[in-house]
Amino acid sequence: MSTEIDTLEELVNRDYQWGFVTDIEADSVAPGLNEDVIRLISSKKNEPEFMLEWRLKAYRHWVSLEKAQAEPKWANIHYPPIDYESIVYYSAPKTKDRPKSLDEVDPELLRTYEKLGIPLQERAILSGVAVDAVFDSVSVATTFREKLGDLGIIFCSFSEAVREHPELVQKYLGSVVPYTDNFFAALNAAVFTDGSFVYVPKGVRCPMELSTYFRINARNTGQFERTLIIADDDSYVSYLEGCTAPMRDENQLHAAVVELIAHDNATIKYSTVQNWYPGDKEGKGGIYNFVTKRGKCLGKNSKISWTQVETGSAITWKYPSCILQGDNSIGEFYSVVLTNNYQQADTGTKMIHLGKNTRSTIVSKGISAGHGENTYRGMVKITKNAEGARNYSQCDSLLLGDKCGAHTFPYLEVKNSTAQVEHEATTSKIGEDQIFYFRQRGLSSEDAVSMIVNGFCKQVFRELPMEFAVEAQKLLGVSLEGSVG
Amino acid sequence: MLEIKNLHASVDTNEILRGINLTINPGEVHAIMGPNGSGKSTLAHVLAGRDGYQITQGEAIFEGKDLLAMLPEERAREGVFLAFQYPVEIAGVSNMYFLRAALNAIRKHRGLDELDAMDFLKMVREKMKILDMDESLMNRPVNEGFSGGEKKRNEIFQMAVLEPKLAILDETDSGLDIDALRTVSEGINRLRGPERAIVLVTHYQRLLNYVVPDFVHVLADGRIVKSGGKELAHELEEKGYVWLEESAEPVKSGANH
Repeated sequence: MSTEIDTLEELVNRDYQWGFVTDIEADSVAPGLNEDVIRLISSKKNEPEFMLEWRLKAYRHWVSLEKAQAEPKWANIHYPPIDYESIVYYSAPKTKDRPKSLDEVDPELLRTYEKLGIPLQERAILSGVAVDAVFDSVSVATTFREKLGDLGIIFCSFSEAVREHPELVQKYLGSVVPYTDNFFAALNAAVFTDGSFVYVPKGVRCPMELSTYFRINARNTGQFERTLIIADDDSYVSYLEGCTAPMRDENQLHAAVVELIAHDNATIKYSTVQNWYPGDKEGKGGIYNFVTKRGKCLGKNSKISWTQVETGSAITWKYPSCILQGDNSIGEFYSVVLTNNYQQADTGTKMIHLGKNTRSTIVSKGISAGHGENTYRGMVKITKNAEGARNYSQCDSLLLGDKCGAHTFPYLEVKNSTAQVEHEATTSKIGEDQIFYFRQRGLSSEDAVSMIVNGFCKQVFRELPMEFAVEAQKLLGVSLEGSVG
Repeated sequence: MLEIKNLHASVDTNEILRGINLTINPGEVHAIMGPNGSGKSTLAHVLAGRDGYQITQGEAIFEGKDLLAMLPEERAREGVFLAFQYPVEIAGVSNMYFLRAALNAIRKHRGLDELDAMDFLKMVREKMKILDMDESLMNRPVNEGFSGGEKKRNEIFQMAVLEPKLAILDETDSGLDIDALRTVSEGINRLRGPERAIVLVTHYQRLLNYVVPDFVHVLADGRIVKSGGKELAHELEEKGYVWLEESAEPVKSGANH
């Protein structure tokens, strides 16, 4: 038996392999937040006047929330108070201008992304995925732009979009997640530094996956990115984000906002593989991932589908949601959340049914191991005018060991009697007897856990684009290894 | 094939096996009978390598190798199969996927190529016929929602696919109605062969009407108190275990054949 224990020990102690730091000179502002910092961020980005005004309004709102101590406290997560004055709100790798092409990108940055498994060299990309790479506060490279441009698709960093497509940004920014939405959304609106922007014109089906890769590198920085995706009538786009960060003993805040808008007959598929540094085995360090994601199915027959695989972060607080405004619109939420060691997650979705015959599906799979705490929190709201609305929710929890926790908080609010709402929930545990059964048939403990967990998550994984499904399975395997002994 | 010598095993401080001696040769079918709590299932679990038992004395040599030093999965790959008394349900993992992974792990260990999905399916279909299994069971999660009889049948079906050298069937007859017992028994009989040894752990004699053993051993209080041929099972059926416990001479060496 001792050999087995040794391997498990080894696996538990396996390092977070994305935890390295890139040694690159950074242009950072001093820690702390005030109107001058916001003006500085805005001027560094050469933003038009409307952006600065919006940021300042958001900042003042946030200050009022902070005074009122309105940081959300209802989630089932626990952490010491965040000192917002100690955070660096802007940090960018030093370069003169944004590089025009990949050849101009600092080779150190290119190496960083290569090390992360995200080759930015277009010729190296065989999978046909266009990538926007965000390093600390700024986007450092966006690939396949010309090819997408030929179809009229705009895929660029948020900063560029603000400068080059201000009319689109002004029209849609904050239209789904206004800065008044919540504490972290207000903070993000005030200080966000970059992110990705996508516009898919009428009738265009985006021929490749678009993806953003977020990387936190600098110490003490917060990452506040903002993503805005607009799918015009009859268009389709599939978008994926991935994230990693170095290993550090202190916690780092990541407060992002994502807004999606789907017009008539448009579909947006948004997939996340979140692998921020989760902290060490004792729960020291790691990212606070406090994110507001929401999509609006504005047009009739529109569809927004969220898929998330969350294996990282010390604490996750996010509820990718859908406002189903257009008649016959569809909202989907597929989620796999793993908490191991001392990780905490309070995540789920909100499906707000406004239009007629709107439909939503929620499939949530929570896996808790070690001392991990995993909470599903979801709201299904059927408003008075949402004739014929339907929802199906399924929340399954899987426990590994007896020190972890799984919690489910479904909120159902139904104001229309024609609605059909279904909720199913299960909790199961990987038991010693199951593991022994696998082993007696010739399979190792690791194979057993991985087969059970993958089986448990299958329903969600099949929603991911192929290459990321493989990635997600691997990630889950690495994050779980050694959690059963 | 398997030689058990003076095997002692405990759970915590409670000694359950108190010196088992048993020799099993290829091609033989042994029945291990005994009253509740005599250590029958413990013996099966100890041989398969389940956690929670301390081996305090003795050894078990399987084909020249120290069986008790191997991990459970190594024992399985070497050809030791345990049909569980209570087969475990595994949600989300299909029977087909599970069994193919198991077979390939064993094949790999034996230096054989892994079977692809097509070859596997072809092989499995033939084996299913033997046990009169419904093909739809293959696509369902392992044992999930199976009736008691289906679970037991599935165990024997797995045995048919994995083709072990030594199969230990732990109370395979319990919970089976008479038709299911007949089907399962036929399955077991088909798997008898000159290369394979089978150990039937059972409380009742009825399984032995269908699967006729070469040897019968009676376990009581952690020791083999009597060994004999198939007629011993009938005797037990008539007289019960009490007869043995009363008349048992202290048998130290157990079975020798």
